[in-house]
Amino acid sequence: MDPAFIVVQALSGLANASSLFIISSGLTIVFGVTRIVNFAHGSLYMLGAYLGITIVPRLLDIDRTPTMFFAGVLLAALAVGLIGVLMEVLLLRRIYKVPELFQLLATFGVVLIVQDLVQKIWGPVDIAGPRAPSLRHGIQIMGQRFPAYEMFLLFVGPAVLVLLTLLMQKTRFGVLIRAATQDREMVGALGVNQAMLFTGTLFLGAFLAGLGGALQIPRVPANGHMDLSIITEAFVVTVIGGMGSVPGAFVASLIIGLLQAFGILIFPKITLVLVFLLMAVVLVVKPWGLMGRPEATANRAVLPEGILSLKPFGTGERLVAALVVVALLAVPLMGDAYKTKVGIEILAFALAAFSLNFLVGAGGIVSFGHAAYFGIGAYAAGLLVVGPLKLPMEGALVAAPLAGGLAAALFGYFVVRLSGIYLAMLTLAFAQITYAVFFQWAEVTGGDNGVVGVWPSAWASSRSVYFYVVALLAVAAIVFLRRIIYAPFGYTLRAARDSANRADAIGIDVRTHRWLSFIVAGAAAGLAGGLYAFSKGSIDPTLISIGMSVDFLMMILSGGLQTVMGPLVGAGFFHAIKDFFMPLTDFWRFFLGLSIIVIVLAFPRGLVGAVDAGREALAHRRAG
Amino acid sequence: MNRAADRILLEAKGLSASYGRAQVLFGVHLELRVGEVVALMGRNGAGKSTTLKALMGLVPARGSVRFEGQDILGQQPYRIARLGLGYVPEERRIFTDLTVYENLEVGRKDATGDGRAWTLDRLFRIFPNLSEMKGRRASAMSGGEQQMLTIARTLMGNPHAVLLDEPSEGIAPVIVEQMADAVLAMKKEGIAVLLSEQNLYFAAAVADRAYVIEKGGIRFEGSMAELEGNDEIREAYLSV
Repeated sequence: MDPAFIVVQALSGLANASSLFIISSGLTIVFGVTRIVNFAHGSLYMLGAYLGITIVPRLLDIDRTPTMFFAGVLLAALAVGLIGVLMEVLLLRRIYKVPELFQLLATFGVVLIVQDLVQKIWGPVDIAGPRAPSLRHGIQIMGQRFPAYEMFLLFVGPAVLVLLTLLMQKTRFGVLIRAATQDREMVGALGVNQAMLFTGTLFLGAFLAGLGGALQIPRVPANGHMDLSIITEAFVVTVIGGMGSVPGAFVASLIIGLLQAFGILIFPKITLVLVFLLMAVVLVVKPWGLMGRPEATANRAVLPEGILSLKPFGTGERLVAALVVVALLAVPLMGDAYKTKVGIEILAFALAAFSLNFLVGAGGIVSFGHAAYFGIGAYAAGLLVVGPLKLPMEGALVAAPLAGGLAAALFGYFVVRLSGIYLAMLTLAFAQITYAVFFQWAEVTGGDNGVVGVWPSAWASSRSVYFYVVALLAVAAIVFLRRIIYAPFGYTLRAARDSANRADAIGIDVRTHRWLSFIVAGAAAGLAGGLYAFSKGSIDPTLISIGMSVDFLMMILSGGLQTVMGPLVGAGFFHAIKDFFMPLTDFWRFFLGLSIIVIVLAFPRGLVGAVDAGREALAHRRAG
Repeated sequence: MNRAADRILLEAKGLSASYGRAQVLFGVHLELRVGEVVALMGRNGAGKSTTLKALMGLVPARGSVRFEGQDILGQQPYRIARLGLGYVPEERRIFTDLTVYENLEVGRKDATGDGRAWTLDRLFRIFPNLSEMKGRRASAMSGGEQQMLTIARTLMGNPHAVLLDEPSEGIAPVIVEQMADAVLAMKKEGIAVLLSEQNLYFAAAVADRAYVIEKGGIRFEGSMAELEGNDEIREAYLSV
């Protein structure tokens, strides 16, 4: 290969690494101190870009100089820093002590809110930013042209590293941040006001995100997808580097920048896959990342509490279950085609949610990417029916759980080696790989558009008949999963959830049990995906998106994590609400985000959990 | 003793605390006067550490706690610390990524009231080892050195009283002696100390008075000499 080309490619990789580091350093600092993985960090980055394309041109109108350009970039970053302060005071402050799952969900709620606000304020069309005066030309490097702005960016990352290092080593604020990263309770007991420290940290983190976003404007137009695409990369960087470690984020950014620059030459289609593979390997070899450390005070649960009581059904519950089944059977008879369709969707989601709670509630495995298995099941079914094989529905519905189970076996092999927030991040990363593969592999999967014409076999083509097919399979799968929860396998799983070490010590093979449960849950989700595909008649990448994974989590959350049957109620409730409200407003993401936050803050035990709590209180009163 | 020394600095009444559904403290009463060293004695799990944490606001508690005449129950730990109550945890909880100097920096607070502020020079007179390793990372220190650093770190906050959790636990005998010297040095500087302890010899070497706690309640209260002379109490609550 031409050496000049290699040099230019390396430089461009380093420029990307530099940008990535600026953003990731903020994420990792915020995580280090607050222990919150801030999903909305990508939204802050996006706001930086939008504020940049708003502020910078106004300043350039006054005076077209580099000074004005960079003053504008800094102003945008400062404004985002203040937004970060607002977010800390209004939301994060209330959720420092709640389990990690809730924190992730709540900050994802902010992502949704910001998406709608950005669209409302700046419109849905991409907006190109101004270029930087004096940095518009190209530089000749060994006969190749390299943009001057890229060259400039290449130095910003190291400069930020130096400044951050000085801040961390030489100022009292920095020393306190490092101390709090290790043991924030002790810092409080020594008289440091944590609230001020946390607000300051959020300002710094948000400022860095905003700076990263504003610096992008000459390179990429501001658009509404910047948030989730960057947050995934930033997650990968912080996880590889070690969460909370700034130097780790720098090293990881460099590795990823270069891997992408050269990976694209060798495997043009699968650079993303390479990056995620790297992450999986690093996490298996060094579970806390290259420069991270195990959590010093692991006194906080990822979950509030998993499934609490395994009381078998009493007469009352049996009656309710029977009534539900009868009501189910009656749906196609009583309702119109639309209600039947909603019924089918709820059944499919109920199975997916139940399988997720099987993992989360019984296994303590908080998967943030359950949509991957749902989506793989849906794609397996859809592609087999529509693709060259032209399989009938029956075959496709066998393939769907197999595909989901196989994917879960592959991903789960890595996932079950981790715990806590690293596990959640890895499941999310695997879901994003899957998303990227199905999105990019357009020849087979239809890319963004997906595939249409996924219809049931002739005998099941009437909606009512298909409803009964779905009801039968979904209920059977749910009964099967429920049986496992109540079997010795389920007890073992719960033992491993509550204390992996102790379970290990009494001779339980924790990892294998967790892996098996991951596979079973993946297969069930795959079946749910297959069933859903035939109801919708099409498949597309949204079935694998983060949003879908979050929907599943919201279903089990609104139903109640601590209950066995709650996810079913949650799936019905959540889907019905979404189906009802989405057509009514342009702001459904805003309201969805808001309701996620409200549910996390107000009903951490979910609907069924709330009913249980009410019953307990009543029984208490009667007894007293 | 003069009058000022009789003033009650820290007073807990009916202090109860729970971890989740398990209640650990059942109405603990105790007080700490200006300039005295008091030992809170008891076996493992009797509620010593929980009492200190509850006083410091680190575990939620009910009842009443007054420090320097102010009601501090339910206040955040940093506010309690700023009033002049220091806390040295059992597990040391040194910031191992930070240097010795930086650890002290985290603890630094301006003096409240009329106390003489601690400076590094004064601290290093009591803990001469620390001055030789100012720039060293705390992770590279021995357990005993770390123990000294936790006390020095708390003193940097210029406390009027210090809660010292199990100072002699898990350290070498020679360090235990240094620890006793450190407690006596604090007393000499007019700092009141409430320490939790299982080791009667250590307590006898430093403390003026003692409480004995068992199953979350105070079972004995008296001078250190009285406790040493009371075989019944020692047998019942302290012997292992």
